[in-house]
Amino acid sequence: MSETPIDSSKRTWLIASGCAGAVGGVATAVPFVSTFQPSERAKAAGAAVEVDISALKPGEKITVEWRGKPVWIVKRTPEQLAALPSLDSQLADPKSERKPGELTPEYARNEARSIKPEILVAVGICPHLGCSPSDKFQTGAQTSLPDDWKGGFLCPCHGSTFDMAGRVFKNKPAPDNLEVPPHMYLTETKLLIGEDKKA
Amino acid sequence: MAYREFKELSPNASTGAKVTNWFENRFPTAFDAYRVHMSEYYAPKNFNFWYIFGSLALLVLVIQIVTGIFLVMHYKPDAAKAFESVEYIMRDVPWGWLIRYMHSTGASAFFVVVYLHMFRGLLYGSYRKPRELVWIFGCAIFLALMAEAFMGYLLPWGQMSYWGAQVIVNLFAAIPFVGPDLALLIRGDYVVGDATLNRFFSFHVIAVPLVLLGLVVAHLLALHDVGSNNPDGVEIKGPNAPKDDKGHPLDGIPFHPYYTVHDIFGVCVFLFIFSAVVFFAPEFGGYFLEYNNFIPADPLKTPAHIAPVWYFTPFYSMLRAVTSEMMYALIACVVLAAGFGVVKGRLPMFIKVALAGAAAVAVVLMLSIDAKFWGVVVMGGAVIILFFLPWLDMSPVKSIRYRPSWHKYLYGIFVVNFVILAYLGVQPPSPIGERVSQVGTLFYFGFFLLMPWWSRLGEPKPVPDRVTFSAH
Amino acid sequence: MKKIILTLIVALGIVSGVQAAEGGIAWDKAPGKVTDTASLQNGAKLFVNYCLSCHSASFMRYNRLTDIGLTEQQIKDNLLFTTDKVGETMKAAIDPRQAKEWFGGNPPDLTVIARSRAGHGGTGSDYLYTFLRTFYRDDTKATGWNNLAFPSIGMPHALWQLQGDRRPLFEEHESHGHKIQVFKGWEQVSAGTMTPLQYDQAVGDLVNYLQWMGEPAQNTRVRVGVWVLMFLGIFTVIAWRLNAAFWKDVK
Repeated sequence: MSETPIDSSKRTWLIASGCAGAVGGVATAVPFVSTFQPSERAKAAGAAVEVDISALKPGEKITVEWRGKPVWIVKRTPEQLAALPSLDSQLADPKSERKPGELTPEYARNEARSIKPEILVAVGICPHLGCSPSDKFQTGAQTSLPDDWKGGFLCPCHGSTFDMAGRVFKNKPAPDNLEVPPHMYLTETKLLIGEDKKA
Repeated sequence: MAYREFKELSPNASTGAKVTNWFENRFPTAFDAYRVHMSEYYAPKNFNFWYIFGSLALLVLVIQIVTGIFLVMHYKPDAAKAFESVEYIMRDVPWGWLIRYMHSTGASAFFVVVYLHMFRGLLYGSYRKPRELVWIFGCAIFLALMAEAFMGYLLPWGQMSYWGAQVIVNLFAAIPFVGPDLALLIRGDYVVGDATLNRFFSFHVIAVPLVLLGLVVAHLLALHDVGSNNPDGVEIKGPNAPKDDKGHPLDGIPFHPYYTVHDIFGVCVFLFIFSAVVFFAPEFGGYFLEYNNFIPADPLKTPAHIAPVWYFTPFYSMLRAVTSEMMYALIACVVLAAGFGVVKGRLPMFIKVALAGAAAVAVVLMLSIDAKFWGVVVMGGAVIILFFLPWLDMSPVKSIRYRPSWHKYLYGIFVVNFVILAYLGVQPPSPIGERVSQVGTLFYFGFFLLMPWWSRLGEPKPVPDRVTFSAH
Repeated sequence: MKKIILTLIVALGIVSGVQAAEGGIAWDKAPGKVTDTASLQNGAKLFVNYCLSCHSASFMRYNRLTDIGLTEQQIKDNLLFTTDKVGETMKAAIDPRQAKEWFGGNPPDLTVIARSRAGHGGTGSDYLYTFLRTFYRDDTKATGWNNLAFPSIGMPHALWQLQGDRRPLFEEHESHGHKIQVFKGWEQVSAGTMTPLQYDQAVGDLVNYLQWMGEPAQNTRVRVGVWVLMFLGIFTVIAWRLNAAFWKDVK
């Protein structure tokens, strides 16, 4: 745009302005982009939920809401727990090795996928396309279930099945086990869902 | 060929040049626009401090749009949630308080900058031929800006928001015959409410900003078509203006880089002052963020004094000044003006008759319709009269620099008068305040309506044919 | 041009200074700074204990109190009032419908009260500091209380146990041909649990807290502002030199 070369004083100050302008530009952009982050209200709404499970009987399930999602708390019977290892060969991911960081916290990487063996805490959303599976705790043959059904969950949308530890059966549309959310026991009967000891 | 002949570069041109050329072949409009409006737009070299405000107005428009976009992500245009959502932005949204303060300070800054920008036009005759349309687009921008600010102010849904809107919408109800229905149509309800809030939100966020953007583009294109004025009022591009051997005006310099670099400096100074307010005094003594607006709107309780935001107060003073007493003064003015026109005017007889007839009708109307309505007319008229300025100024000389010295005092008094009217508009009504605003209103209108006469009085100074410029 | 600016400045000088008087006495200056965390913490405690029973601060989250030096645990242990979640907002204990029945109106939300009460007489804190120290017994009022800064208010003296009962003393003066009552001082009728000095300090802390709660970001705002202005100052100098570098060519 100019035929003559830019003189040195113009160049000096152009570079200085360019650098200062870039710094200023970034510094201005940071607050604006930060407004995208979850607000205090969102963080408060996503706060951990306390649940009292003293009244929960074996074979029962309660559902609480955390971050807009249903979280199931199931007190498994001894029979249901005993049946878990025998199902390993029918499951897609019996040892919960897939996506461990997302789906199964350290304290749930065991056969029962829980801290206390009898209490299962799992997010009640099918990893296939997001429907909420139904309870199928009764054993034995039923529609859409095999004859040797030992109890678990059946997703009504596309037929995925899960065992009493939330583990997905092979050859089903859902690729993964049910998510175990971060959780911890405040007392023997008070469960905190949404936070765990390392948080 | 549907498009211009493509320019081909030599094979050893740099990559940068080749990429630029690729775009220039396919989008020559953009490149031509850059040349026409920036690198080859020759602006007078003697711009002074008063010439920064146009660029600053554009900057503030951008600030308002950008901060507005981010505010809308969190604001809730619902009468039950609006006030709370603003506090949500101030407290719960990370850095939300900064975005909010930039937007509220920006609104006041917009008017500071625009009033100073308009005053520059007054000082240097920037509205005169051939720039009348630039001025008219500008007045339209001013009107749109007032509408934008008024509607934006309802959104926080505080006491001032609510009652200010209630009062202003009721002004429309003062119009004879159509008034009450018009007010109902504007509000969407019998009182200002959720319906009003939602439609004002739509207007404030998208409708009026689009209009503003269109008008600003028209304003700038019309300006570039005729070329900028300057503090000496000397045309640098006229047929007699000296040019260099390339045809460029000798008194002009390319806008880019000279004025881009100059404007960067001006912008820095502005941002320094703007930031000082945003970070250290965002309420600005209750003028930029009014104290009463921290109380949620209560349709059952009117605050002790309602005043519009400071930038509307000069016009608000004029509205309040028109009492039934003032009507007599105004009637006298109408009669005097008509009388003057009939007796001393050099107009054909039928026009004189029409003038006398119109005056008679006006007097009858002024006696029969409430002063309240005429207050609205006066307030609106105070803005509308600006549109006519190019035809009211009959001075042989454009710029204040070459007008008779006493014109400077007259302009000074005009400014002081405007500021006094503004101050009185903020105060609660008082007997002295009423008198002063009545005199002030008459002065304001007299300044414009009598301009065809006073602008021709006195001996102007000789206007140079080259701009006055001393090297920096 | 200079004449215009000069006339402007003179005019502004003449025209400023007219103050409108609000109903109620002139306001005292509130002590305290919003950067004094000890004062703010004491004020927060007083607020939760004495105000939240009837007034909400529904835009203020409990966990924001970490800004004034409290830990979440401290907040959970001492200050959570109508909730057990530290991320919740400060809601009043009272039911709004009952409040309307008992007091004639729902006690206003106090989150931004310090911002809304500013005026010609001083800052919002000044008003609140005066207000909380000028209650007196008045049997002609439904609540049995009146206030010198807000005559005929529908609020009783929430802090009366701390301040005790006082009676305002008036003197009669002649003004413009009629007799007016001029406030002269207070008479302590029965003592409260605090001495007048202690009470004033406590109210100072409470008002300081209210001022902070009105805009919790204010201390950050000022801190960031200093950096912003310093940067802009430097940038302005760079822009000035850049401008000079180009304009030296213009003759």
